[in-house]
Amino acid sequence: MTRRQLLQRLIAHLDRPLLLGIGLLLVTGLLVLYSADNASLDRPLRQLLNMSVALACMWLIANLPLHYLMRTAVPIYLLGMVLLVGVALFGEISHGARRWLNLGVATVQPSELMKIGVPLMMAWYFEKHEATLTLKNYFIAAMLLLMPIALIARQPDLGTSILILASGFYVLFLAGLSWRVMGTVFVAALASAPFIWKYMLHEYQRHRIMMLFDPSQDALGNGYHTIQATIAVGSGGILGKGYLNGTQTHLDFLPERTTDFIFAVFSEEFGLLGCLILLGMYSFVIWRGFRITANASTYFTRLMAGSITLTFATYAFVNMGMVCGILPVVGVPLPLISYGGTSMLTLLLGFGMLMSIETHKKLVRT
Amino acid sequence: MNKYAEFKNHQREIFHFQLRLVVSIGFVLLLLAILLLRFFYLQAFRHNYYQTLAESNRIAIVPIVPNRGLILDRNGVVLARNYSGYTLEINQNKTTDMEATINELSTLVEITSKDRRRFKKLLAESHDFDTLMIRNRLTDEEVARFAAQQYRFPAVEIKARLFRDYPFGEKTAHLVGYIGRINEADAAQLEANDLAANYRGSDYIGKTGLEQSYESDLHGTTGIEQVEVDAGGRPVRMLSHTAPVSGNTLVLSIDSKLQEIAEQSFGNYRGALVAIDPNNGEVLAFVSKPGYDPNPFIDGIDSQSWDELNNSPDVPLNNRALRGQYPPGSTIKPFMALAGLKFRTRKPEQTISDPGVFSLPGSSRQYRDWKAGGHGSVNMFKAIQMSCDTYFYGLATELGIDNIFDYLSRFGFGNKTGIDLEGESSGLLPSQDWKMKRFQQIWYPGDTVSVGIGQGYSLVTPTQLAFATATLANDGMAYKPHLVKEVRSSFGEQKRLIASEPLNDLHIEKAGLDLVKKAMVAVTQPGGTAVYASLGTPYHIAGKTGTAQVVAMKQGEKYDEKKVDERLRDHAWFIAFAPAEEPRIALVVLAENGGHGGGTAAPIARKVLDYYLLGKIPKPLQEVTEKEGSEHD
Repeated sequence: MTRRQLLQRLIAHLDRPLLLGIGLLLVTGLLVLYSADNASLDRPLRQLLNMSVALACMWLIANLPLHYLMRTAVPIYLLGMVLLVGVALFGEISHGARRWLNLGVATVQPSELMKIGVPLMMAWYFEKHEATLTLKNYFIAAMLLLMPIALIARQPDLGTSILILASGFYVLFLAGLSWRVMGTVFVAALASAPFIWKYMLHEYQRHRIMMLFDPSQDALGNGYHTIQATIAVGSGGILGKGYLNGTQTHLDFLPERTTDFIFAVFSEEFGLLGCLILLGMYSFVIWRGFRITANASTYFTRLMAGSITLTFATYAFVNMGMVCGILPVVGVPLPLISYGGTSMLTLLLGFGMLMSIETHKKLVRT
Repeated sequence: MNKYAEFKNHQREIFHFQLRLVVSIGFVLLLLAILLLRFFYLQAFRHNYYQTLAESNRIAIVPIVPNRGLILDRNGVVLARNYSGYTLEINQNKTTDMEATINELSTLVEITSKDRRRFKKLLAESHDFDTLMIRNRLTDEEVARFAAQQYRFPAVEIKARLFRDYPFGEKTAHLVGYIGRINEADAAQLEANDLAANYRGSDYIGKTGLEQSYESDLHGTTGIEQVEVDAGGRPVRMLSHTAPVSGNTLVLSIDSKLQEIAEQSFGNYRGALVAIDPNNGEVLAFVSKPGYDPNPFIDGIDSQSWDELNNSPDVPLNNRALRGQYPPGSTIKPFMALAGLKFRTRKPEQTISDPGVFSLPGSSRQYRDWKAGGHGSVNMFKAIQMSCDTYFYGLATELGIDNIFDYLSRFGFGNKTGIDLEGESSGLLPSQDWKMKRFQQIWYPGDTVSVGIGQGYSLVTPTQLAFATATLANDGMAYKPHLVKEVRSSFGEQKRLIASEPLNDLHIEKAGLDLVKKAMVAVTQPGGTAVYASLGTPYHIAGKTGTAQVVAMKQGEKYDEKKVDERLRDHAWFIAFAPAEEPRIALVVLAENGGHGGGTAAPIARKVLDYYLLGKIPKPLQEVTEKEGSEHD
């Protein structure tokens, strides 16, 4: 085998357009991180390490044939449920919430696993009952979604449970849940909103939503984030203040600027033009995801690919919306840009699946 | 189903899916449009507004840290206070060569190796702190010397700050505790409890003792100052000001003089003393010996001093009164006697004959009485007075472990008392269930025998035993022990009283109670085990001595205090309340490796009782007080 052939085989299962989009976002992320970290190489280098690990995992998943992927659905989901129940019973209370489980060797946060596990399980379930889908099947799928959500919401981790709810809802939607049922549930949800507000949300969660309407209420705490981030975005103007020149960033006005609020750094320094380019990059990745979805060969892969793509779009929207003050501050990182290893890994595992779905379809097409 | 239908179905399904996909794309486009509109609005339409905000930014929101609340004893004596002083702080971001800066600084002001070690530790732990303290408590001279040379040190600044100080030092260390720098774990905890906003600007948080358990009272509410700053970050003018609210003052039920006397009465003994007012649960003295000086902990103790404290064989950092677990020994006997009366196992006048050993029927194992040859003919009164083991071996066997567990747990044994300090131990009151869970073994009759004299598996904390003694002294009416009497605002007005409602009433029969109390008075009278405790007192002391074994003796072997290594000697207990007829104070003394309770623990108790009931100050202390007095003359 020549070197060329070897290389060809190594990258055979990597989808080029998707890889290009991801690569552009990752490089942008490193550049912004360097600025956000006050021109220090400390975090960018660690982030580079996170990326390498996550990319290697993506490559592995991309090379995994689809029937293997399907076979992992039930074990991953069951493992996730067992761990979530374990958290509820024996979880370690840290930071006032019960989210972590100490397994002796390592401490894990099972809700992170369920970001992939839930849509995977639901897609698997629909594939199994593809031929005879009735309302009952949708109901069971919804239960598969709501059980982990309930466990995660009571940890309490509202941000994660809403995002998993979204990814599971996308599977239901793509699987053809009737508009009438969706409408009914939506109306019922609206009607029960006052009840949820009063009895099911924690004080701090209500506080965060209230703050959205009047950030100055809490100028020292959460409102401070929103006020300063909005100033950063707005003062960026059309062309931005220039790389490494953001005053909000470099005079320490911006909180959490390497993680959840990194978009404020970006838009302060690169302005509206930069934001348009960034939205372009995200749109490119999302467009490619939809293409892969449309071309997917089986019911399972269609649902999975669609859910991954839509969830990715949701993450990006929620984070940017939160930074520019149209959504409440829920701890969601900007996908592929924010500093942090866990979300990087989860996202790239998803993209690995997309790539596997795209590159293995010829082999299973019937 | 024929092939045609299946095929058609498949096509329809694909069509439906494509439809949904188109809706999804529409949804994403909608989200994109929302973001685009928002970006245009902020960055193009409102750009000038935000530009101005950012330019003149600069409105800095500066937190004003509230003064931490004071801690006073019941008479208003200060146990924790704040004083203002100067610190020297280095801005991490403005200096490139930290080592050189510090070396140059040390030519102006003294920087000890302790200061350097502490700074290194702070540096390693710091994240967002932009400035770190290198020296605290500068003298006026040092401040002047540095101020003259300040231009040479752009990264170093002098700050005026409030410092926490514990005037009683190690005497109240285990009680008051200390504050320390907020570390990452504390910060995460604050974040989770949504308190991070109120702690902006705060560097300290309660770490142990009352400083920890009453943190929410002591901290206060952070004020906000909106100031305009120039591009360099220096304040130009103030825009708005919300004053901070100082933390609340804690008024303890502790009597600091009593605490001091108790502490000093221990001499070189390690141990603990807890004194409670049985009528309301107020803790009057709370001592764990040895103590440690909490003051160095405030700004991060350097690792060398920490190691010395942490590795000392005396474990000064261990709060023995709260967390130390010891076998109760013979101090359990009055409670066992009450159990015997409650379950009608023994009548008060019933006598047994004590040959000096006890054996279960059909067993050759011998349980020895502490007195070789035994006490002869013994009834309940005498059994308590002379601490007869054989009587209680038999009583425990007749009661059975289930009844013992049932009755003793009513006095709080085996449970936390709920005193207002964190980290209390719960002791151990053994039961059949417990043994099965712990050792997967059934309960043997032999296990019950040693429980009867407070040995075997039984463990108590000094706080727990004090609570039980106070309950007994107050005729079975239990009050939760508490160190804080009331919380006041910084202006002195009362905010709340710490509960002194009774927890529960054990409904002990009066006759039995009288008998046990009289027997406990007899303990401190001629013929009892602690005669010297009440020699010449104008009031009656009800007491009980106890010895907790550190090493178990083999069958037939005899314990000889002189032959045993000092640290393996028995622990001495003494529980007491006085005046016996109308108790105003109940206390527990534990002297580690003190041998017999009557010899070492009881005299400590006597000094405390004499001061509390008669105002008498013991000799060695008297000399100190007189000396202090003459200095003022």
